[in-house]
Amino acid sequence: MAFASIYVPHFLVQSVVRAEPALRERAVVLVDGNPLLEKVVAMSDAAARAGIQLNMTKSQATQFSGIEIRSRSRAQEKATHAALLDLGWSVSPRVEDTALDTIVLDLAGLASLFHADENIADELLRRAATLGLLVNVAISSNLEAATHAARGFPGVTIISPGEEAQRLGCMPIGVLSPSLEVLETLERWGVRTCAELAALPLLQLSERLGQEGVRLHELARGASRRSLVLAEPLICFEEEMPLDYAVAELEPLAFLLGRLLDQLCARLTARSLAASAIRLRFDLERSSENNSQFLDGKSSGEPALGVYEKVLNLPVPMRNSKMLLRLLRLQLQANPPKASIVKIYLAADPARQRFAQGGLFLPSSPDPEKLELTIARLTNLVGDSHIGSPELVDTHRPGEFRMNRFTPSRDESLKNRKSSKPATGLRAFRPSLPLKVELREGYPARISFRGMRGEVVAASGPWRTSGDWWQEDPWQHDEWDLEIHFRFSPAIHLEHISTPCPQRGLYRIFYDSLRGNWFMRGIYD
Amino acid sequence: MAQNLAALRAKIEFDLRGRASAPFDYHERKFAETAYIGIPEIDYWTGGLPRGGFTEICGLPCSGRTSFLLSALASRTAHAEVCVLVDGSDNFDPHSAQAAGVELKQLLWVRCRNIDQALRATDLLLQGRGFGLIALDLGDMPPQTVRHVPLNAWFRFRRSVENTQTIFVVLDQEPNAKTCASLVLRLGSEAARWSTTIETHTADSFVHPSAWLLDGVDVRAEVLRSRIQQAAVEGFHRGFASASIGGDTGIFETKAIWNDPGNLLFESKSKGLKKQG
Repeated sequence: MAFASIYVPHFLVQSVVRAEPALRERAVVLVDGNPLLEKVVAMSDAAARAGIQLNMTKSQATQFSGIEIRSRSRAQEKATHAALLDLGWSVSPRVEDTALDTIVLDLAGLASLFHADENIADELLRRAATLGLLVNVAISSNLEAATHAARGFPGVTIISPGEEAQRLGCMPIGVLSPSLEVLETLERWGVRTCAELAALPLLQLSERLGQEGVRLHELARGASRRSLVLAEPLICFEEEMPLDYAVAELEPLAFLLGRLLDQLCARLTARSLAASAIRLRFDLERSSENNSQFLDGKSSGEPALGVYEKVLNLPVPMRNSKMLLRLLRLQLQANPPKASIVKIYLAADPARQRFAQGGLFLPSSPDPEKLELTIARLTNLVGDSHIGSPELVDTHRPGEFRMNRFTPSRDESLKNRKSSKPATGLRAFRPSLPLKVELREGYPARISFRGMRGEVVAASGPWRTSGDWWQEDPWQHDEWDLEIHFRFSPAIHLEHISTPCPQRGLYRIFYDSLRGNWFMRGIYD
Repeated sequence: MAQNLAALRAKIEFDLRGRASAPFDYHERKFAETAYIGIPEIDYWTGGLPRGGFTEICGLPCSGRTSFLLSALASRTAHAEVCVLVDGSDNFDPHSAQAAGVELKQLLWVRCRNIDQALRATDLLLQGRGFGLIALDLGDMPPQTVRHVPLNAWFRFRRSVENTQTIFVVLDQEPNAKTCASLVLRLGSEAARWSTTIETHTADSFVHPSAWLLDGVDVRAEVLRSRIQQAAVEGFHRGFASASIGGDTGIFETKAIWNDPGNLLFESKSKGLKKQG
């Protein structure tokens, strides 16, 4: 049995750098605390070499050139920790959530997949890099030895069984996390490494340092035993990013959203999942001019922070970050937030990846992801209610239908359905055109509409329909099919643009008994 | 001289790299694959609508364009293809479409308010790829408006649909696409057909209008231009038993949806003898 421990050095700094990869090569300093009293709480190695020290004030840190100062972000630390766990679960189903910056994996059963421990370690490093993390990996048959080796040694450390004490010997005892008092005592004794601690007699050590001394002695020898405490797999994929400055424009916002989506999709990929919906939430800047937009009605004395929320439901589970970004951009262009954004929150509803079995004899169809993007662009162009697939409503009201979301089927049963003979198509007028009708013995004889006047040469009707008398909008129509001859074929003057009309035509008109008017429903074409 | 030509050719190919592959190579025109639209007369004459090609159907209102379009949509959706209708004037009637056999779940209907929206929507859809049929219905747009569509727009549509399996159909009142269209048909209505339940010698729709039913329309179709290879057309002719039409025109019949026994839309209609006031 072997264990792999993954440790993220400079965890606080890496949490911030993960969202801004450009900072990875720079000297980064994190500050935290109340404004004006912010102090340095973490720094990268480059910043330490430049002379930055912990607990330095922010104003002192700004005196150094070439330093990038960022605020500590607990939201990003939480997201980074979640990404670390996703990394573990992508390799092994048994993961221990040891600390915010450390996890331990049980490698049992992975030999058949990866063959050698070195391969496992390399794969962990590679997958961590895709998640934006630089990690240390240590593999040992002793759980505690692996954990401390990952914390103590950079890069990959592989400890063969029985060599724990020898490999941990040169590690400083500070890595074992002793209490401050014990650490000071050991330093006074001149004990600085694990080998020196392991060389001390156990009985005398326990007399002077108690149980903690015994524990440290076992850890230094790599002899400590404990069981793995398994963590529950998280089904939560969230990323947050508080912004130092409010963002008001779409382009920089899209850049930030792209980064968050890259991280989110990398985590989904690590767990072999995809997103069925993306939830977006912006915290908006407090506006002194438009407080009425954000007041929540409670007498808090201050206007509430505005919130912008959007849910992007996907027709098929996706994890292509570029495609998701395009869809979000289209949504934001159509419905932009009303104030500048100070915080971004992004979450994905996980779902199993889509597996589509193609057929040799099925016709080609649009790629679902591309189709979704095309429909989103068309929606921006014509409006949400003007695009979709029509569905007839179960009613006798003429012309009733509803627009549904377009989800084409690849149903084999559709193929080879016997199509009807060519039917006479009707072009509908929306809304129905008002007419003037001259009657002869109760039947339409002449029709006038849109500047045209024609004689009815053949008529069929009336065909009465009525319904919904129990509702607020009942209808009662007498419909006619008419063949109309236009004598002079005048041009129709429609919005000052002339258009020719046919010499004769077939029209469907109806008399609305409730409104007492004639209308044209459509033209047969 | 030959060396100079070779050097010049190499320089031009180098300058065009990444934008045009093999600009001096001769590209043989591919044999056009066609798809039937379910109107035997049209399929006989044209060999079907070309895939990867631009078809223009022109005619005045009441000339049979919509019947043609619905038949094409019904034929393609029956083969589980995804179809799109870009409706320039929002005139599409889902009821008559379903009665004509169109599988509405396979149809994406884009309802536009003006020609600009219609052209932009068509651009987006042609770039999206994968559709079996894309129809742009400008049939109710004033001809002056459609004439002002620049030729490069039609050319762009043609280039977008080339080398794809998509059938692109445009409906308008007069031919506008010029040489960009591979197939241009002009439709015109002939006589309407009415059927009656009473004796013909007393038949007068004005005496007994409730005894008459619209039976359908005869539509005349004229092929104005066709670039579909003759072999494709002849191949279809060999499989077609009857050929009762001559010349470049033909007449096909449409049937009013009264005659479709599967149409439930009109089951509840009742004959009203009440006079209208």
